[in-house]
Amino acid sequence: MTARDLVFGSIRRALGVTGLEEPRRKAVQDRLRDHPRGVIPKRGQLGAEERIALFLAKIEAVSGTTQRIASLDDLPAAVAEYLRAHNLPLVLKRGADPVLAAAPWEREPALTVAVGATGGDDLVAMSHAYGAAAETGTLVLLSGPNNPTTLNFLPDNHIVVVAPDTVAGDYESVLAALRDKFGAEGLPRAVNLVTGPSRSADIEQTLILGAHGPRRLHVILVEGAPFSEKGRVNA
Amino acid sequence: MTHHTTSPRFKDNAKAALVDPELQKALHFVETNFPQRRRNVADMLPEFDALRDAARDIKNHTLSFLDLYLETFETRATARGSQVHFAVTAEEANRIVADICRTHGAKTITKGKSMVGEETGLNAFLEANGFAPVETDLGEYIIQIRHELPSHIIMPAVHLRKAQIEADFRRVHKDLPKERNLDEPAALLAEARATLRAKFLAADVGITGANFLIAETGSAVIVTNEGNGDLTATLPKVHIVLASIEKIVPSLEDMAQLMRVLARSATGQEMSVYTTIFTGPRRPDDPDGPVEHHIVIVDNGRTAMLAGKFRDMLRCIRCGACLNHCPVYHAVGGHAYGWVYPGPMGAVLTPSLIGIDKAGHLPNASTFCGRCEEVCPVRIPLPRLMRFWREREFERRLSPTVQRTGLKLWAFFAKRPRLYRLATAPAMQVLAWFGRKQGRFRFLPLATGWTKHRDLPAPQGKTFQEQWRERGRP
Repeated sequence: MTARDLVFGSIRRALGVTGLEEPRRKAVQDRLRDHPRGVIPKRGQLGAEERIALFLAKIEAVSGTTQRIASLDDLPAAVAEYLRAHNLPLVLKRGADPVLAAAPWEREPALTVAVGATGGDDLVAMSHAYGAAAETGTLVLLSGPNNPTTLNFLPDNHIVVVAPDTVAGDYESVLAALRDKFGAEGLPRAVNLVTGPSRSADIEQTLILGAHGPRRLHVILVEGAPFSEKGRVNA
Repeated sequence: MTHHTTSPRFKDNAKAALVDPELQKALHFVETNFPQRRRNVADMLPEFDALRDAARDIKNHTLSFLDLYLETFETRATARGSQVHFAVTAEEANRIVADICRTHGAKTITKGKSMVGEETGLNAFLEANGFAPVETDLGEYIIQIRHELPSHIIMPAVHLRKAQIEADFRRVHKDLPKERNLDEPAALLAEARATLRAKFLAADVGITGANFLIAETGSAVIVTNEGNGDLTATLPKVHIVLASIEKIVPSLEDMAQLMRVLARSATGQEMSVYTTIFTGPRRPDDPDGPVEHHIVIVDNGRTAMLAGKFRDMLRCIRCGACLNHCPVYHAVGGHAYGWVYPGPMGAVLTPSLIGIDKAGHLPNASTFCGRCEEVCPVRIPLPRLMRFWREREFERRLSPTVQRTGLKLWAFFAKRPRLYRLATAPAMQVLAWFGRKQGRFRFLPLATGWTKHRDLPAPQGKTFQEQWRERGRP
């Protein structure tokens, strides 16, 4: 008997089942097929503008900073301004994300934008969020060449670009959109749900930002350009 | 590093804890901060109690179909390229992890906080096999360099004060300048961050626990505030997840429901900073992430709980709310409990995992005030489960003779109401007469167990039953 057999054997003895009962198997298949939504907080069930307002307010409430810009054309200037305001060098790292690539970076010649993952030497990273949940100001970021996961955690400063039409009211809507896009069995290696900058309260319960991940999280909401797959988040 | 179980010495541990001034100050933080923080975020979410019901129902449903959800999980995780291992015992789980580390010639191993890892004694096992695992959660790192067990399931170093941590850092980080200033908690954090960053980047293998395993997607979910779990899972070429069988949930939606009650109950945050859904190893076009992803699923006594009265305990999501609200935990802290899991959840879980003969004091160390059950996000009836242990202890004749005889004597009278009244009425009169001046007793023969620590209020002269009858409420 393998350990696996022993574990399954003990579970089935405890439950008084064989594992072959058709009604049980059907119950599980149905649950996985239907994946019922449970209780969805009313808080996020708002019109588009109120939902965005809640999303930004919730990020600020957990020590993130936010900014709204009119179009992707304004992104390079907004980023440069943010870096100058924090006395940071005008250098950042991003992934191959086509939206980030489409911004007119040449308009800020002083700004150096490198593309790729990070090995820990970068001070500033930029990502494009797949979506977000307004209820707690939570960003949803996907691993892959477009937005390498290391960018979310190693640099001290993380700038995240979000499109308004990807901001859902609740987690379930974003997760369902993910399932629609990739299939339940095809999620990217890492789906990062990020709510504010890294923190620890392990020393006398004093909250300090920047434990192992970024000390600063700056969210830039880019209006105007419908640059996401329209309607992918059933908000 | 080995940890000795001191649960059998709970009473001595508790006595020592009560007179430890530093510990008492640290515990005061828990008592004053956490119940209020939880209250605040619960009040901000009108659906909070409905979500607790939903969380309980999801866990109950999953436990009734545990074999089938585990099967689904295994199939789908394997299809995504994860390697799924099963372990019946703690020893088996440790061996699987050590073998993977050996296969990859691991020199540096980083670890995210894992309570199952504490339970199996993984660090001690790895060290005995020539590896040097480094804990990366700040609290867990602090207790690792102090060679201690966690004193809390989500804030492992909550029993320590800043000056103690500073002394430990000065002792261990020898290559840093002696005159450096570590007065502020931020300076301590910065030092730990810099020290551990080097470990993260050098690590060959990363080991984490899991808050949830999702059957539908074959994913492991890790929740942290620091980001250490993600760095542990992302940077090394191998990521090992250690998770117990009851971590499984059916779908992404079920995880979302549980997420909503987890952080609110644990730290009083609306959401933890990082919740990551990990599915399989690095994909062909991924620029980062581990090339091997292992998931070790551990039983270690849980299937025995599934069969009996303690199944409710398997709903536990390890938030620590029951510790944060427990008057006994507030008084003695986590180490007094003598093993990995303290507080009310530990009082139920520890006897299941190490035996009631060793952990018999724990379910007795409760006032049954019921606050733990009141705040539990998955509504575990903790006082009832502690009572089950007391019953079992009594049945197995493990409780002290004096207690057993006393209870029998009381039962004899209680079952004979007339005799009971006959015996108690004069006793109350006598006690009232002796206590008439002070209104309380500072010393009473046969009741020194009580009067040693506090005064016993003197009875008013009549028994409760007499007063009840007199007021015409028969």
